[in-house]
Amino acid sequence: MITRPRPGRARRLADYYLTTMRTAVQEQFQYRVANYAYMLGMVTEPVIYLVVWSTVAASQGGSVGGFTRGQLAAYYIVWTLVRNMNIVFTPYGWEERIREGHLSGMLLRPVHPIHFDLAYFAGWKVVVIVLWLPLAVVLSLAFHPSFQVTAANAAAFLAAIWGAYLIRSMFLWVLGMITFWTTRVGAIYAVWFTLELLLSGRLVPLELMPSWARTLAEALPFKWTFGFPIETLAARLTGAQLLEGLAMQLLWTAVGALLVAVIWRFAVRRFSAVGN
Amino acid sequence: MRRLRRSLGLTAIFLRVSAMNELQYRANFFIQLFQSLVAVATGLAVLGLVFSHTRELAGWSPAQLLAVMGVHVLVGGVVRAAIQPNMLRLIQDVREGKLDYLLVKPRDSQLLVSIRELSVWQGVDCLVGAVVLGVAASRLETAVGVGRALAFVGAVLLGVLTVYCFWLLLSIGAFWIVRLEFIVELFEGVYQAGRWPVGIYPVGLRVLLTFLVPLAFAVTVPAQAIAGLASARTLLAAVAFTAALTAVTRWAWKQGLRHYSGASA
Repeated sequence: MITRPRPGRARRLADYYLTTMRTAVQEQFQYRVANYAYMLGMVTEPVIYLVVWSTVAASQGGSVGGFTRGQLAAYYIVWTLVRNMNIVFTPYGWEERIREGHLSGMLLRPVHPIHFDLAYFAGWKVVVIVLWLPLAVVLSLAFHPSFQVTAANAAAFLAAIWGAYLIRSMFLWVLGMITFWTTRVGAIYAVWFTLELLLSGRLVPLELMPSWARTLAEALPFKWTFGFPIETLAARLTGAQLLEGLAMQLLWTAVGALLVAVIWRFAVRRFSAVGN
Repeated sequence: MRRLRRSLGLTAIFLRVSAMNELQYRANFFIQLFQSLVAVATGLAVLGLVFSHTRELAGWSPAQLLAVMGVHVLVGGVVRAAIQPNMLRLIQDVREGKLDYLLVKPRDSQLLVSIRELSVWQGVDCLVGAVVLGVAASRLETAVGVGRALAFVGAVLLGVLTVYCFWLLLSIGAFWIVRLEFIVELFEGVYQAGRWPVGIYPVGLRVLLTFLVPLAFAVTVPAQAIAGLASARTLLAAVAFTAALTAVTRWAWKQGLRHYSGASA
């Protein structure tokens, strides 16, 4: 009998990721119309911000806080892709996951359940990026963005959108795990998402915020999931700024991963399932 | 006249039953209130931010924009409390064939589908919106007289009616397209555009937000009315548009019913 050597741990995990991602691509591509309707609905948010701030810029002689209308347009068009990259397993989904027993199944697998979420949503992103391209063309024709993209910017952007994806995945997992202790989570989530909206660059480029708010944003993970990835493409960051930003993303990903690992240990002890 | 009185009586009974049902869950009041307050605080922060960079937005002063925000929250509360739940139930009933039970009742079917649900706690937004509106009115550059208050009340009623018609028109789509739940997300997304006066949007969007999604009549016109910016022509246009939309909706409802095939089909 021929026994093949068992592949190493890293190799097995990579295989798990590739297979899950491939499944996600195939599954989500079936729902391309629903995915598109959802993306179209989401475009209203940045268009509103863009119109408001363009109006402000127009009344201030063409620019506000150093942003011209073209630069604002560039910011909010890149926003649409970054927002799509930022869609991860929702903290609101944990209640159903526990109640319906999905988690019991996940616990039986010999890998940490976060790997499934990371892989599945990463696969979904591939579909989303393909669907986003025509949307970007239409938005660009409508709002005339001004871009000055270098190769370094483009490369940093490609890395930064995945950094944003990882950071937001980790932190929303941490937030979702509160469900193990209480199901009255609506108020906590509302506060979290409000802080994120204001302090991430999602609502408005952080340069337009008062300086105390910018200082606060520096100390929080939010800006590395919205403001920074957008600025890698839409603002003129220097090479040093790009590298520093990517390093900060790595740092926050590590912090998030550590929190997930520690809190998961305590959370899973509180989990009990009822069989049928 | 007698028919109208009977319809109003029936509406009152339905609303009372729904309200009594919801009032059992009193803790929801505080959750809803908290979420409304967070949303209003966010809105105020955004307004503060905008006016830290400019003194007026497309001709609207801070107090006037606060009035727009108040109307937006208030009308949004009415929509989520009284309109949306009914329309979602209609879509669900069409899919599951349960509309049969409603159609056999000896009353007008459009009236019945519109008054079955009332999410009382969502109405907290109406209170919060009214408070914001009150603060805005007290800060307006010119005092709000009886005439303007009446114009405002009329404009809000017309605005709510246009949103009702718009939602019903969307829901009637369920007679043809079965899976329609995603329109809630779509409506919520587009409704956010009403937080700002439609005048700031580029022409194409402005036309869409006036006639396709009637946010202009639902939010901007009532805010103009209380701020004394609405001309008689604007108010007349709101009356004419609402009347036309109501008639179209009535017609579409009858077409939809003809297309309804029932549970056994």
